[in-house]
Amino acid sequence: MDKIWLVIKREYLSRVQKKSFLLATILTPLIFPAIMGIFIWIALDETEGSALKIIEVVDENNMFFIESSEQYAFSFSNTKFEDGKKMVQVGERQGLLYIPKLDLSKPSGIIYYAEKSPSLNLISFLEASLKRRIEEQRLYESGIAPEVIAAYRTKVSIQTINLDSFGEEKISDASVNYGLGFFSGILIYVFIFVYGNQIMHGVIEEKSSRIIEILVSSIKPFQLMLGKIIGIGAVGLTQFLIWIVLISSVTFIVTGYFGMQMPQQQVMEIAGADLDQNFNPDNNFMELIQAIQGINFINLALTFIFYFVGGYLLYGAFFAAIGAAVDAPSEAQQFMLPITIPLLIAYLGLFVFVLNDPNSNVSFWLSIIPLTSPIAMMGRASFGIPTSDLLISMTLLVLGFLFSTWVAGKIYRIGILIHGSKVNYKTLWKWIKTA
Amino acid sequence: MQILEIQHLNKSFGKTKALSDINLKIPKGVIFGLLGPNGAGKTTLIRIINQIIDSDSGTILFKNEPLRRNHISQIGYLPEERGLYKKMKVWDQLIYFARLKGMSAPTAKQKVNEWLEKMDVSNWRDKRIDDLSKGMAQKVQFISTVIHEPELLILDEPFSGFDPLNAEIIKDQILGLKQKGISLLLSTHRMESVELLCDEIAMFNKSEKILDGPIEKIKNQFSSNEFEIKIKLSNGSLPSSWELMSEGEIKTFKVSLEKRSTNEFLIEAMKIGQIFQFREIMPTMEQIFIQQVKKHSNG
Repeated sequence: MDKIWLVIKREYLSRVQKKSFLLATILTPLIFPAIMGIFIWIALDETEGSALKIIEVVDENNMFFIESSEQYAFSFSNTKFEDGKKMVQVGERQGLLYIPKLDLSKPSGIIYYAEKSPSLNLISFLEASLKRRIEEQRLYESGIAPEVIAAYRTKVSIQTINLDSFGEEKISDASVNYGLGFFSGILIYVFIFVYGNQIMHGVIEEKSSRIIEILVSSIKPFQLMLGKIIGIGAVGLTQFLIWIVLISSVTFIVTGYFGMQMPQQQVMEIAGADLDQNFNPDNNFMELIQAIQGINFINLALTFIFYFVGGYLLYGAFFAAIGAAVDAPSEAQQFMLPITIPLLIAYLGLFVFVLNDPNSNVSFWLSIIPLTSPIAMMGRASFGIPTSDLLISMTLLVLGFLFSTWVAGKIYRIGILIHGSKVNYKTLWKWIKTA
Repeated sequence: MQILEIQHLNKSFGKTKALSDINLKIPKGVIFGLLGPNGAGKTTLIRIINQIIDSDSGTILFKNEPLRRNHISQIGYLPEERGLYKKMKVWDQLIYFARLKGMSAPTAKQKVNEWLEKMDVSNWRDKRIDDLSKGMAQKVQFISTVIHEPELLILDEPFSGFDPLNAEIIKDQILGLKQKGISLLLSTHRMESVELLCDEIAMFNKSEKILDGPIEKIKNQFSSNEFEIKIKLSNGSLPSSWELMSEGEIKTFKVSLEKRSTNEFLIEAMKIGQIFQFREIMPTMEQIFIQQVKKHSNG
């Protein structure tokens, strides 16, 4: 145990003390908030700098009215269609909405003219407004009194609530879950590759520089391998923790700075909220906050750390075994397939199946099999899953990495002492059997 | 007392036999040489003693106890292929190896300082290995092998890679360690290099031990009872059995005593000329080896 600790310490310090570690650790988290800051700045600049956009409405039916918003004003001044078009051409108007004489049961021929193609938000907003007006008009024509119609006008927005096995309810927001699952899954994927490669190169370094024979005359190969995997993993965790602290503090400063200059409505518009007329920004915003609060972050963080570490250990052992089997990094390519394929399946599965339908059969199996579970389970866990699924998956992951370390240890033991001979899958299999 | 006793040791790699029924006793406090060509099984034996690989059968006793994992702190090992962490500083590296061998941190620091002084390399302690010359790195490597003061030091081809000057330094250190009572096991395929250094040897060929014992005893056993005499002939007739080896004013002959003592022989030789040198012709280790291999393959 003492000796494993020495190896861990050396692997850790020799990496953390490097200048490149310091540089990568400090610069990487600055990039994300910097990009975010630039986007917000551009968006703010646009909304502040541009005047109210005026849209001319030519309505042959004389029945429509669209309420103006902070961004758009709608002018109803009985302009002729051709004049309206000219106003757009000379830049006097942002756009022209042309509504021909409509057959209300089959409305068609409505056109929006503009120099630049309009945003999707604007079009869906216009469609919704016109649709409501047409429906009301038809109800009115069928003899229903305007007061009745007005009384039945309802605003609907769907709230999603997670119900757990204890009957506790939590407000959820699919997009928040999606984002969390997406982000944590990708993070584990990247972590396994980046730090797995470091393990492999470390092993190759010791093997090719022949330090290995001195080392294994002092320490058991298995201890050496384990110490290396743990030491490098600790480097990754350190880097990760520094990032969390840096990103959250820088993001806090950036959004705090812009947040004060921006009315809440605009924040929500930038965030992609729709331009519904009856939209009450405070209400929606509160729901988002509630949705975020509804996620059990401590549980999710613990799950994340478990799969983060478990996945790393499982694959780390394979990376160590590959490093031991070859003489140079260039030869390692031939053995990378068994690592790359399951990781790629997990990665694609995360997007195609897990995030879209966390409770489908495929998602279930992806999150149970140890080779794919570290990535796939994060996609499911963020939506909240049955504890039994989580327990099965975690148990299998622990068994999985015990097994992978055991197999890798056998390859490692023999591989590190073999130089200059061609090694293929057949030889690896022989090593596993004989050791 | 034996530092190491090897009994009926066997090891195969697949179908290739690396060691066949090896028996060996290595006494404490001597320099013991393992001789043999490449592929004879020397490195395999050394790796088994270092517990890097396991034997198929047989036992090894270290100081009369079966060899165990915790004995490695009493064994030092310099492999044939050497290496150090290139990006690590001399000091950190030596401390790391000393600690891996089970030394406490304070003792390790003290010992590293002592050895850096002794090898005259104190001013490199903060240098990285890739900033050192090959010879300098070899010295650091040697220190890393002996830093934990092992009772048994195993050196695989200890002189390969050293220039003559540094080889001499290492040789002095080896003799110095012997004086301190440390037992040394050297392996080499260059047999002439250990003749002067070793007290005992064992010869290996194709996985088998073909000969072992104290070096003097082996030489005597293989002595041909032939002598070399350098003589300036004056008068008298040359005995017909003298075999001329080199011409000149002083001639060299190979002679056989033929049951006479050396004194009796010399009295007769003095009658025919002035003697400049007289010595027994000892077979070299290489000659003994070749002779022994032939003997083995014949029967």
